[in-house]
Amino acid sequence: MLGHDRLLARIRNLPVLSDLLYSFIAIILALIISAVLIFISGYDVGRAYYNLLYGAFGNLYNLSQTLLKTIPLIFTGLTVAIGFKTGLFNIGGEGQLYWGALASAVAALSFPHLNGIILIPICLLAGALAGGVWGAIPGYLKAKTGAHEVVTTIMLNYIGILSTSFLLKNYFKEPGYIDQTPMIPEAARLPELIPYTRLTWAIFISIGAIIVIDLLFKKTSLGYDLQAVGENPTAAEYAGINSASKIIISMMISGAAAGLAGSSMVMGVFNRFITNFSPGYGFTGIAVAVLGRNKAWGVLLAALLFGALEAGGMSMKLFAKIPMDLMTIVQGLVILFVAAPALIHLLVRRS
Amino acid sequence: MNDIIYVIFGINTLAAAIRITTPIALAAMGGAFSERSGIINIGLEGMILCGAFAAVLGSFYTGSPWLGVFLSLLLGGFIGALFACFTIKFKADHVVTGVGLNILALGATTYLMQVLWGCKGSSPNVKGLSEVSIPIIKDIPVIGKLLGTHSPLVYIMFLLVFAGWLLLFKTPLGLRIRITGEHPEAADTLGINIKGIQYFSVILSGCLAGLGGAYLSLGQLNWFSMNMSAGRGYMALAANIFGHWNPLGCLAASFLFSYTDALQMRLQSLNIGIAHELIQMLPYILTIIVLAGAVVRSRPPAALGEHYETNK
Repeated sequence: MLGHDRLLARIRNLPVLSDLLYSFIAIILALIISAVLIFISGYDVGRAYYNLLYGAFGNLYNLSQTLLKTIPLIFTGLTVAIGFKTGLFNIGGEGQLYWGALASAVAALSFPHLNGIILIPICLLAGALAGGVWGAIPGYLKAKTGAHEVVTTIMLNYIGILSTSFLLKNYFKEPGYIDQTPMIPEAARLPELIPYTRLTWAIFISIGAIIVIDLLFKKTSLGYDLQAVGENPTAAEYAGINSASKIIISMMISGAAAGLAGSSMVMGVFNRFITNFSPGYGFTGIAVAVLGRNKAWGVLLAALLFGALEAGGMSMKLFAKIPMDLMTIVQGLVILFVAAPALIHLLVRRS
Repeated sequence: MNDIIYVIFGINTLAAAIRITTPIALAAMGGAFSERSGIINIGLEGMILCGAFAAVLGSFYTGSPWLGVFLSLLLGGFIGALFACFTIKFKADHVVTGVGLNILALGATTYLMQVLWGCKGSSPNVKGLSEVSIPIIKDIPVIGKLLGTHSPLVYIMFLLVFAGWLLLFKTPLGLRIRITGEHPEAADTLGINIKGIQYFSVILSGCLAGLGGAYLSLGQLNWFSMNMSAGRGYMALAANIFGHWNPLGCLAASFLFSYTDALQMRLQSLNIGIAHELIQMLPYILTIIVLAGAVVRSRPPAALGEHYETNK
C-alpha cells in the first residue's frame, strides 16, 4: 500500500500526468457505474461491453466509424474548451453547429461550377463565419450586459435550430417530403479516405483546428489575453486588456469551431443540410472539453474516447439491445467526476 | 385580426399561462433559495426532468398520482442533496456540476424510460391529478375562469410561493440563508452553520424543482416524454434573476415567460401567416432580452458561486 501511495504522490507532482490520471479515473468510475446500471436493468454486462469495444475498434470499418464520430466532437470539444479558457461556458455549440452547417450547404449550392480547391475553403469559411456570428451574440450580451452565457446560449440553441429550419423550409428546401437541401455539388464534398466508410479528409481539418487552437493559446498574444481574462477579468483589465472585446472574440472563435462541426457533417457525411441532423454533438462537446481539461490535445484524446463510445454504443444497441442513452449517462457522470477532483482524491485515498 | 386580438388578451391564453407558469415558478423559487445561499443552481433543468419522471413512475406503480408527486419531491430533494454534496463538500465548480447533472438527468430518465416501458418517445399514460374547482372563486365572472378550476398543484404553487417569500424574508432562517450567500465570513462569525444552511437551501431547491416536474407530467399530460423539461430549468434561472432572487418576483417573471409561451401555442393554432418556427422562438427570445436587461439592473448575492471554508 505504501508503494501505491508513493506512486500516487509522485504522479501528483507531475501536473500533466495527474490531469490524465484524474480523467482516466473519472472514465473508469463512469463505466463502472454504468455497468451497475446495465446489470440492474437486466442486461448482460459482459456482452454489452464486448459489443461496445468491438463496435468501436473491432475491425477497420468499426474503427473508421469511431473516427467519423470523433470529427464533430473534436470541433465541439474545442468550442467548449476555447470558451472555458476565457472563463466562459459556451453550451450553445448545438445552435452554432446548425448555423455552420446551413451556411456551408448554402455556400456550396450557390457556386455549383467552382473547382473544389476554391469551393471547399469557401464552404468551410462560410460555416466558421456563421457559427462564429451565432457564438458572438451571447458573447456580446455577456460583455455588455452581464447576461449569463449558460442561459443565453441554451436559448440560442433553440432559436438556432428553429431559425435554420425556418430558412431551410422557406428558401433552400428540395421539393419533397423531407426537410433537406438538394445534394451539394461534388466539388464541395470532402474526399473519402477509406471507400464506403464516409470517413473523409474532415479528420485532417479537425486535427488542423486542434493545432491552430493549441498555437493560439501557447504562442500568440491574443491567446494570452484570452486566458488572462479567463483567469481574472479584473486583473486583466488593470493590465490593459479590454476584457469585453476579448469575451466577444473568444465566443466568436468558439462558435466558429462549432460551425465547422456542422460544415464537416454537411460536406463529409450527408452532402446536404437536413433538419435535426445532430444527435447532440454540441452537448457531447461539453464532456469532451471537461475530460480533455480544456487543452487542445486533451480534446483530441477525449473526442476519440467519446467517438468510440458513440460508435460502440450503436453496436451495443444493435446487438445487446441497450439504449444509446446510456452514453449520455456516461457523459454526465464523467463531467461530474472531473468537476470534483476532491471526490476522486477521497476515493483513491480510501482504496 | 379579431382572432389575434382575442388570443393576445383572451382569458383562455391567460389561464393557459397560469398553468405553464406553475413548473417554472416552482423551479425559479428553488433557484432563489439555492442562489440566496450562495450556490449557483444550473441543475434546475435536470431536477425538473427527474421530478417529472419520478411522478410518472410513482403513479405507474402505485396507481396514485399523489404518491407520484411525493416521489418527485423525494427524488428532487435527493438530486439537490447530490448537487449540494458536489458543490459544497467536494468544492466542484457550480456551473460545470449543474450542467453535468442536467446531462446525467437527461440520459438517465430517457434510458430508464426505455428499460421500464420499452419505448423511445414517451411513457404509457398513467393516472394524473384531476383538476379541482374552488367553490366561491369559480363563480366570479372573469377571475373564475382564470383561477377557478386548475390542477391542485397550481394552487399549491401559489401557496408555496407565498410561504417561500415569508420564509426567505420574514424568518430568522431566511435571514441566515441570505447572509450566507451575501457575506459568508460575517455569517461564520455569527456562528451560523454555513454548510448546513447551504445543504438545506439546495435540497429545498431540488424539492421545489422536482415538484414543478411533477406538475409537468401529472398535472398537464399524464405521461413522461424524453427531455420534457425542454429548457424550462434555464428559463426558471432567468426568471429567478429577473425576479431579483425573490419568490414573488420569480412568480411574476415566470408568468411573463409563460404568457409568451401560451401566446406562442395559440398563435400557432390560428394560422396567421407567420411561420411556426418564428412563433415558437418567442419565449426563448424574450428570455434572452429580459435576462440581458435584468442583469444590468439587479445584483446577485455577493458570494454567489464561491467556495467558503470555515475557519476552525
